Amino acid sequence: MSQDPIISFQNVSKSFGEVKAVDGANFEINRGEFFALLGPSGCGKTTLLRMVAGFETPNSGEVYIDGQPMSATPPNHRPVNMVFQNYAIFPHMDVRGNIAFGMRKSGLSKSELDKRIDETLELIKLQGYGKRGADELSGGQRQRVALARALIKHPKVLLLDEPLGALDKKLREQMQIELRQLQQQVGITFLFVTHDQEEALTLSDRIAVMTEGHVKEIASPAQLYENPKSRFVADFIGSMNFFQGEVIDLNNKQLSISTDVLGEISVPASDSDYASKSPVWVAIRPEKLQPVFSAPDDSSNVIEGEIGPSAYLGDRSHFYVHIEKREEPVLVALQNLERSSDLHRNPFQKVWLKWSNASLVVLPRN
Amino acid sequence: MKNSPSFFKPDGLLVYAVLYLTFIYLPVLFLPLFSFNDSTYITFPLKDFTLKWYDKMINSPDMHEALFNSIKVGLTVAILSTILGLLAAKAVTRYRLRGRGPLVSFIMIPLVIPEIILAISLLILISQAEIPLSLWTVGFSHLLLCIPFSMLILISRMEGFDRSLEEAAMDLGENAWMTFWRVTFPIVLPGIVASLLLTFTISFDEFVLAFFLSSTDPTLPIYIWSSLRFPTKIPAILALGASIFIISFFVVSFSEWVRRRGVKLEPTSRI
Repeated sequence: MSQDPIISFQNVSKSFGEVKAVDGANFEINRGEFFALLGPSGCGKTTLLRMVAGFETPNSGEVYIDGQPMSATPPNHRPVNMVFQNYAIFPHMDVRGNIAFGMRKSGLSKSELDKRIDETLELIKLQGYGKRGADELSGGQRQRVALARALIKHPKVLLLDEPLGALDKKLREQMQIELRQLQQQVGITFLFVTHDQEEALTLSDRIAVMTEGHVKEIASPAQLYENPKSRFVADFIGSMNFFQGEVIDLNNKQLSISTDVLGEISVPASDSDYASKSPVWVAIRPEKLQPVFSAPDDSSNVIEGEIGPSAYLGDRSHFYVHIEKREEPVLVALQNLERSSDLHRNPFQKVWLKWSNASLVVLPRN
Repeated sequence: MKNSPSFFKPDGLLVYAVLYLTFIYLPVLFLPLFSFNDSTYITFPLKDFTLKWYDKMINSPDMHEALFNSIKVGLTVAILSTILGLLAAKAVTRYRLRGRGPLVSFIMIPLVIPEIILAISLLILISQAEIPLSLWTVGFSHLLLCIPFSMLILISRMEGFDRSLEEAAMDLGENAWMTFWRVTFPIVLPGIVASLLLTFTISFDEFVLAFFLSSTDPTLPIYIWSSLRFPTKIPAILALGASIFIISFFVVSFSEWVRRRGVKLEPTSRI
């Protein structure tokens, strides 16, 4: 990805009364990127999006779109368009009317405009739906109309507020793929807001994880999942088992850590240096723990436990493993590779969990 | 009609419904009936068919003046109260006003104050302020009476209005004025029409306030009331009544048409 910012947030803050919705946002979104703002509800992601659209004004700092400061520009003069959470389809117009709404000042002739609308209908695969009224559309179709209405304006950035939140699961998965294709097809920067980490992972080139008005981390989906930089991000995206640890030593680019349950481990030191005795979290994803049901020969990198509650999820099973000296059970995910109807593990069965040190993530603990 | 046989089985509710409708509409139908009857006296049996009462109606300048007074006041009141009601409804539904509940109740009070009380208190106020009684004072009192009705209608229309529709219009390049014109107004239009019709009707047939607060210019109800003392004038009033009845029939049909082609407001998260 070339470093060519289309949107730039410079120390942007916004408060509503006492509540700081966004606190010092300072990052850039590149041209042509599919960028997600991800966080729990109330983290400030929607406020940030609405500041790009112009519906909210920052209390301090500045939003730049394509190099231009936007504070003094009202929403109707910004080179961005938005797909609203509930799609905001105009109920008194048909599909064509909705799509043509923003083209009043485009200077196109009637026939040129008709052609543009036809092209856009084709783009979103709604040919033949032009005369449908807003109340004759399904949820997915309404979303397509909302997309078309924004894309026909050729915005520099398309803003999407929880674009798939209102759709059912199957449709959502289908629309995820289509949205991704659409974005590559039109080549416009997409900035979207979601609380659904799976959606963010599927769609985005980069994700900004937010909480309580702060941007915690900006990285690619794989980076965020495999190499998170904070406990919040590690915990918010996917599931994670955390173990308390303390740094013993750092030499030869190897970090030695003593942990409560995993014993003494040695991992490659990451770019962040830890001083001796500094408290850390050692974390591992549930699918990276390999369960074996008989005592392994090699006893290094193994913990012994007892199977607790489990859940069958079809393609995989989750189960909790109780470990001695540890209150919180460890979550293990196992792919159900074999076809069998008896995949619930027996409770109280002994299990040994193996891991590779390369799967361990070390995070600061304070 | 699949269920038509059961329609003929008289049950209690059906009898009640028929009686109810008869009771409402039969007296009204006497208006056109007697307006074509060639007799000054409104009694059966009917005499010959005549159009002379309509002729008399057309050639009665007093009646015309009263009619136009009522229309003038009615139109002014309908337009002003709908505009004010629209602004108030917007304020109440759009902004989180502090004390919104008590405020709305306070504005709605004229709905439940007996008109005679309102009339007397207004008369006292107006004479204290030494404002001469005229159609203006009548109109002012009607406005007071009509605003709560406008507000009720428009608040219920705007409460279902999705704020993001206006944001979408601005996002797509329209300024505040064009947003109102292209989005808000067409969606609220059925409410506006309903408010205009209702407030016009209220003002048009309002008697008590007009009786207390008018001077030498009578409104139509006052004119009719004062004509009752002269039996010869009554058939022409019947003719006028019949004409108004026919006109209102068309106006109501038209407004129903507007309402039906107006859009349904949908819940914001409809799948």
